[in-house]
Amino acid sequence: MTHELWIFLIASLMATSCALVGSLMVLRRMAMIGDALSHTVLLGLVLAFMLTGERSLTVMFVGATVVGLVTVFLTDLLNRMGKLQKDACIGIVFTFLFALAIILISAYTGEIDIDQEHLLYGEIAFAPFDTFEWQGQDVGPRAFWSLLFVTVANLLFIVIGYRHLQTVAFNASLATALGMSVNLIHYALTTMVSLTTVASFEAVGAILVVAMLVIPANTAYLFCRSIQGMLIWSVIFAIAASISGYYLAVWADASISAAIAMMSGFIFILILITVGPESVIQKIKFRFGLNRMNLS
Amino acid sequence: MLEPFLEFWSLSDPNVVWVLSGAVLLGSSTGVIGSFLFFRKHSLIGDALAHAALPGVMSAFILFQSRDPLVILGGAVVSSFIGFFFIDYMNKHTKIKEDSALAIVLSLFFAIGIFELTYIQKLDIAAKSGLDKILFGQAAALVRADVIVLGIAGLLSLAIVVLFYDKLRLITLDRQFARAIGMNVLFYDLLLTFAVVLSVVIGLQIFGVVLMAAALLFPVAAGRYWSDSLPWILALCGIIGATSGAVSANISYLAPQMPTGPWMVIILSLIFLLSLCFAPHRGVISRYLKNRRRNQRINDENLLRSFYVIGERRNDFVRAIAPEQILSVRNMSGWILHESIRRMQRKRMIEHDNFHYRLTTKGLREAEKITRYHRLWELYLTRQANVAPNMVHDSAEDVEHLLTPELEQRISQELGNPQNDPHGRTIPNHQLVAGEQSR
Repeated sequence: MTHELWIFLIASLMATSCALVGSLMVLRRMAMIGDALSHTVLLGLVLAFMLTGERSLTVMFVGATVVGLVTVFLTDLLNRMGKLQKDACIGIVFTFLFALAIILISAYTGEIDIDQEHLLYGEIAFAPFDTFEWQGQDVGPRAFWSLLFVTVANLLFIVIGYRHLQTVAFNASLATALGMSVNLIHYALTTMVSLTTVASFEAVGAILVVAMLVIPANTAYLFCRSIQGMLIWSVIFAIAASISGYYLAVWADASISAAIAMMSGFIFILILITVGPESVIQKIKFRFGLNRMNLS
Repeated sequence: MLEPFLEFWSLSDPNVVWVLSGAVLLGSSTGVIGSFLFFRKHSLIGDALAHAALPGVMSAFILFQSRDPLVILGGAVVSSFIGFFFIDYMNKHTKIKEDSALAIVLSLFFAIGIFELTYIQKLDIAAKSGLDKILFGQAAALVRADVIVLGIAGLLSLAIVVLFYDKLRLITLDRQFARAIGMNVLFYDLLLTFAVVLSVVIGLQIFGVVLMAAALLFPVAAGRYWSDSLPWILALCGIIGATSGAVSANISYLAPQMPTGPWMVIILSLIFLLSLCFAPHRGVISRYLKNRRRNQRINDENLLRSFYVIGERRNDFVRAIAPEQILSVRNMSGWILHESIRRMQRKRMIEHDNFHYRLTTKGLREAEKITRYHRLWELYLTRQANVAPNMVHDSAEDVEHLLTPELEQRISQELGNPQNDPHGRTIPNHQLVAGEQSR
């Protein structure tokens, strides 16, 4: 029972932190940058581990943040110097850094405690066993503490920077005119995404992170009209996906993290069909209503 | 290390021939198809479609319980197409932003695929081993049956490009025009999408789902630096893709435990970096040099004009001028001045005289030309564009470096061969002066 409880806690914290920072990214049109970051932080983990030989949270966070910022910086550099389209630059930079990470991992198998499947879809089922000791006391899973830290950090980030984030999200040129540094906020958001990704990474792998960053936020985006609404609803959808996903995985005896991502996708499709003026149901009603009027 | 390398390239092993030819064919077809995505500014859709193929592969396996290449290919094509239509629907009918639509499909389909994969791994089916190789690619796992099926699919996607080249080029580069002349844009869009899906799906075998985007993107990103014409770029993409396929097949043969996808990306990155830096005209180094040459020319011309202005004030072009005096009429860093003087000395425009400098006859003629351009343009702006005389200097500073003798003549004619600029100074007429000197 406690095992299951830990998994719920870890999954919910992961879902909350991803949904919060994901909402901001979706509004800033940074979804594919989120995808890129979720791949490249792996290089940060591997390099940090190779340089220091330890897996402490600080080392991981620093490594991932540095590589995350480097990813965004390189993308911008290539965009300016190489005169290539932005999305092509994203694709080039992230596949290169990710390939580097995979080669390092397969070249030093045994020395690096990450295997290929693990990094793609993680294994949240084992997360509760990887406990964290503080002053000789067993205080619970590592993943729980790192995710708790990141969730709190994300909340603080949003509360402190709320006005700036809101302005930049909806009207970047107004923000510039008001004297806010759009670049600074861009890099700050990148840092938060890197932190969130790396904390989620160990438990749930790279792909689930992208799913949780993008899908619940977009589900909320379908019908929300304010940034608060989006933040709150995306967290609700994310947690609902974690819990239903867990039971789905237990039932089918498959990967929990993949099931959670899948459930968030199904919730998205459900909302897409039913809720809001752009929903499929509304579209069908509208079409038939219109046809009837034309006939009469 | 060397021996297996030679053994690979001696092609004595028939399996090597199959793997190599397969990898070359797949590499070139993805490279060519990728360039169409790039020019349509849909570079990352290949990434999404590759991820979207995964659940198709897994579902086909669950349904038919076989790893027959046709079954796997069919499943992948179907689910990749579903992914494409989902993205298309979200873009057209909802407010979901384009990049979000890609990320949603990518992560959702991949999650479904992984869910099925982990489900399959716990089943008791003999053929299931090696199914996960599709994530990162394993060229060495290709067998003859795979190569034949994949090869036909690759040729098919290349054939689509060759047969419908004109139409595809038109909808890629100028959709508005294609629509205006009544082309069936929707049909060719679908055709192109079919070719894309086909080459993404067959590429998965050697490049892997996760890094498929690189196989589509890198060749065109590198080829773009070498040429401006689409046929050349397409040919280059084919060659680059084929090279990377061959190299990754080689690596996979030498180190069977290594996944091939990442190595292919590293090879492609090298090709890309070389192109980015060293390509003529568009490469970073070539652009940097061109910029520097232009800046140097501007500095040199500014220097000559400063000499002229000082000489004009003194009414004496023979007495040598100290460099500090140049700095008093023109805001220039000491280093740039020093470099510029050295270049002008080399070109025999300026001569040295006891740490002072004077214009040579050749230099004087050049300085007059620049000054003439400057003052003519000032006059042109005040007369023809009604700009106030105190506002024209900055524009003339730029234009003096751009004017050509033909333009100069036309401006001069239009102004009626004027003698003075709007500030009352003489406009030098180098033909006249040169004539006087020769006399």
